[in-house]
Amino acid sequence: MDEALLRSLTPSVLGVLVRRGADFAAAEDAVQDALVEAVRVWPADPPRDPKGWLVTVAWRRFIDATRADAARRRREDLLDEEPTPGPAVAVDDTLALYFLCAHPSLTPSSAVALTLRAVGGLTTRQIAQAYLVPEATMAQRISRAKRTVSGVRFDQPGDVATVLRVLYLVFNEGYSGDVDLAAEAIRLTRQLAAAIDHPEVAGLLALMLLHHARRATRTAPDGSLVPLAEQDRSRWDTTSIAEGVEILQAALARDRLGEFQAQAAIAALHADAPTAGETDWVQIVEWYDELARLTDSPVVRLNRAVAVGEADGPRAGLAALAALDKSLPRYAAVAAYLHERDGDQATAARLYAEAAHKAANLAERDHLTRQAARLNAHRRR
Amino acid sequence: MAKYLLLKHYRGAPAAVNDVPMDQWTPEEISAHVQYMNDFAARLEGSGEFVDGQALAPEGTFVRYDGEGRPPVTDGPFAETKDLIAGWMVIDVDSYERAIELAGELSAAPGAGGKPIHEWLEVRPFLTEPPTITE
Repeated sequence: MDEALLRSLTPSVLGVLVRRGADFAAAEDAVQDALVEAVRVWPADPPRDPKGWLVTVAWRRFIDATRADAARRRREDLLDEEPTPGPAVAVDDTLALYFLCAHPSLTPSSAVALTLRAVGGLTTRQIAQAYLVPEATMAQRISRAKRTVSGVRFDQPGDVATVLRVLYLVFNEGYSGDVDLAAEAIRLTRQLAAAIDHPEVAGLLALMLLHHARRATRTAPDGSLVPLAEQDRSRWDTTSIAEGVEILQAALARDRLGEFQAQAAIAALHADAPTAGETDWVQIVEWYDELARLTDSPVVRLNRAVAVGEADGPRAGLAALAALDKSLPRYAAVAAYLHERDGDQATAARLYAEAAHKAANLAERDHLTRQAARLNAHRRR
Repeated sequence: MAKYLLLKHYRGAPAAVNDVPMDQWTPEEISAHVQYMNDFAARLEGSGEFVDGQALAPEGTFVRYDGEGRPPVTDGPFAETKDLIAGWMVIDVDSYERAIELAGELSAAPGAGGKPIHEWLEVRPFLTEPPTITE
């Protein structure tokens, strides 16, 4: 059975139910039930019209649930005038769902969970496993999120930027588990790009594709991090890179630059270099300048200092670094790298150890500790 | 979207404001304390922020490898151990500020005289998976 197809139908099926008058929370539960039923029934008895099948089953589930409530809630009027399905406006429905699930009234973790379930068609258990929390916790997070947006009109247009932030989170903070969240983020962003013509949506999709292309080379078999300069570039996914570059170029041609396009441009320049030594760092610095102008983010300025160090030498990089706040995450790691390139191994070793102490994740901590150990061993010789 | 460990100590943390050993509380005060902890965990489950909560026995054993083919060496428990973990709660929250807020609430659990213990809790972030996008 094609689970990808099944999941891709989720938002439009949900959209049909909501357009027929079902409230979002009940409709979403009904669609989840229909998805579970499809996983059970389809392998032996595949439907000719998968979407029609899902709409029928989901609508029946919704009616059953509503009937069960009817005495208490007096929903008979809705049942009596069961509307005929209107013309399918699946694309608009999908877009409306993205906006709803990323509504500004939701916290980031709620928006992520709701998007993965209502738009992505993942089960609560899958989402809970992906984020390493108990299923009951995730179920509560989702039902609270649904309550939070219950008063929001379904067809109310939203801000694309909020949707992009949610998808970026799904991609960037992909944890372990059975579900490949990075691939899921790409699928959802691709689906969004089909529903709305927006250069930043394209920019984010390009950014994801370009980073995903390097995924297999980012970690060694033992799980340790492999820095960009040391990755085996022959193993980068050239199909994914080509697609990312093409999408990015089309977006940039429209001359409405945004942060995701700028980030994607930097990723594209890395992807474009046959070896680390041939990286066009001068252009990368220019893109970081654009990015700093667009976001005013200190993290961007920190990354820019690395690029300056590559383009104009470690002294220039250290000078760029001097203007920044020392308490920034990864500041010590960047300083260590630039000092090592500048030939000051003692300072670099001390800073690598300091950076390891402050690292927010295990792989990075181990990597930085190894850097410190490498320099210390070298100095002892 | 970050996990934190709220760590409770038998010993080793700075002294609480309402620092009366539990065996000198009234039974009702103990019940009220336990109820508060249960309610707190239930509330976190309800808000979708609960991951785990466990209590530890105060006495443990230290274990050490003693070479191939030999049984492990054990020692302790040590009465003078400086630091003694009593239990923990793991939460999954949107921000560090939220973690601090929740730890503050947990520290207000009632103790002797039904008054908040004002116990010191340690908040420790989990090391995560590395992010996908770094440059």
